[in-house]
Amino acid sequence: MNEPERLPDLPDFLWADAEPKSSYDVVIIGGGGHGLATAYYLAKNHGITNVAVLERGWLAGGNMARNTTIIRSNYLWDESAAIYEHSLKLWEGLEDDLGCEVLFSQRGVLNLAHNLGDVREAKRRVNANQLNGVDAEWLTTEEVRKLVPILNASDDVRYPVWGATFQPRAGIAKHDWVAWGYARGAHALGVDIVQGCEVLDFVTDGNRVVGVETNRGRINAGRTALCAAGHSSVLAAKLGVRLPVQSHPLQALVSELLDQVLDTVVMSNTVHVYVSQAHKGELVMGAGIDSYIGYGQRGSFPVIEHQMAAAIELFPIFARAHVLRTWAGIVDVCPDASPIVGHLPLDNAFVNCGWGTGGFKATPGIGWVYADTIAHDRPHELVEPFALTRFEHGSLIDEHGAAAVAH
Amino acid sequence: MLSICCPWCGWRDELEFSYGGQAHVTYPANPAGLDDAAWSEYIFFRDNTLGWFRERWFHATGCRTWFNAIRHTVTNEFAAFYRPGDPVPEMPAEVVR
Repeated sequence: MNEPERLPDLPDFLWADAEPKSSYDVVIIGGGGHGLATAYYLAKNHGITNVAVLERGWLAGGNMARNTTIIRSNYLWDESAAIYEHSLKLWEGLEDDLGCEVLFSQRGVLNLAHNLGDVREAKRRVNANQLNGVDAEWLTTEEVRKLVPILNASDDVRYPVWGATFQPRAGIAKHDWVAWGYARGAHALGVDIVQGCEVLDFVTDGNRVVGVETNRGRINAGRTALCAAGHSSVLAAKLGVRLPVQSHPLQALVSELLDQVLDTVVMSNTVHVYVSQAHKGELVMGAGIDSYIGYGQRGSFPVIEHQMAAAIELFPIFARAHVLRTWAGIVDVCPDASPIVGHLPLDNAFVNCGWGTGGFKATPGIGWVYADTIAHDRPHELVEPFALTRFEHGSLIDEHGAAAVAH
Repeated sequence: MLSICCPWCGWRDELEFSYGGQAHVTYPANPAGLDDAAWSEYIFFRDNTLGWFRERWFHATGCRTWFNAIRHTVTNEFAAFYRPGDPVPEMPAEVVR
């Protein structure tokens, strides 16, 4: 159909790897998207530039490079819609703000409905979204067919398409470029990005966290902020804090480069696949999590099989595509499928985790509000509902039905 | 694909089983005496171990019986499968990957 897009040039200079200093005002543990964005906004919005981002592997080598890059804000509950919409608005200005391309493409996201239950849930979510100022509409089967001609929306399939929700402002971005853009911006403002630096333990003084012990020595920290996704509970355990998360492998895959055939993101919770086509032409598809706890960054083959069966039922022409590679990231899932952000039960220590299967889209938004939370030592109003204490007083934000099956 | 040994049926593919999370979580002895924090701990908090882990599995499409296993959460190796009520096997020494 269309010519593959030519990728824009990256900036000449991105960032420089730093040797860790002995002390920082803020130490961020985890050099993924959330950690880098947090560092960038600490420097840019709050003038806190004596900041280190410690990454045990390489920059953005974890979930930031393993997600399916979908960005949307059509969540059911007010608390979720508020933070994801804040994030989407930041995405809309991100290339100007960072001064470099991230290939943000607002091509719209469809969430398909395949049965009466899906339709009711979807319409309810559209109504909730509209009340929260999030763009959302309900599309009939005919409208879905028109928007995505290659989708098999006929009646004679196991899971016929009964319609879909559509968020036109949703879309995708190139995830590694997002990480590099934030790293570049943070570095330019004075932030140290330290790769190959694993936090082995914390240094505490009474109830106060005062630094970290790493494989490259001790680093003192005025404030310490966890941004470690699937390994958050392993780190928190070193502080004697339990987090109500379970870490699972989440898989995705890409095809070889193909002509552009799909210019919308299509997600289906019921048949369980989500697919988009990247700028270069790969089909990018995401699967579900493995049911069991796993830290191995590889998933089980039946999950991929299930996902491909769903994709081919929805898009018969994909049957001729080849799987180029599959991989998994380790996602930390909360009991209510919503994140945990805010203070740890220690002084000068913060946590940002539990984003489960959907953290990428939140990158700018959480970076912004987590930085604000750290800078002012009190929760930003958008993260207040996501405090760790919600599991004790019971005010959960249950996004399982509307969002958490597929992000 | 994991191979899992049901203590009653023997080795089968992972597809026959569903996962039950951390093993040996016992119901509070005195539920009425629990405060909110203790209830929260019982309901929402489970170990999320990196390494050897005692966990429950359910042979969903086989004998439909629960059992326990010790699995390494990085390598997915199983060290033991045992029935409820059996003596709890020792954790293996940490493996070198």
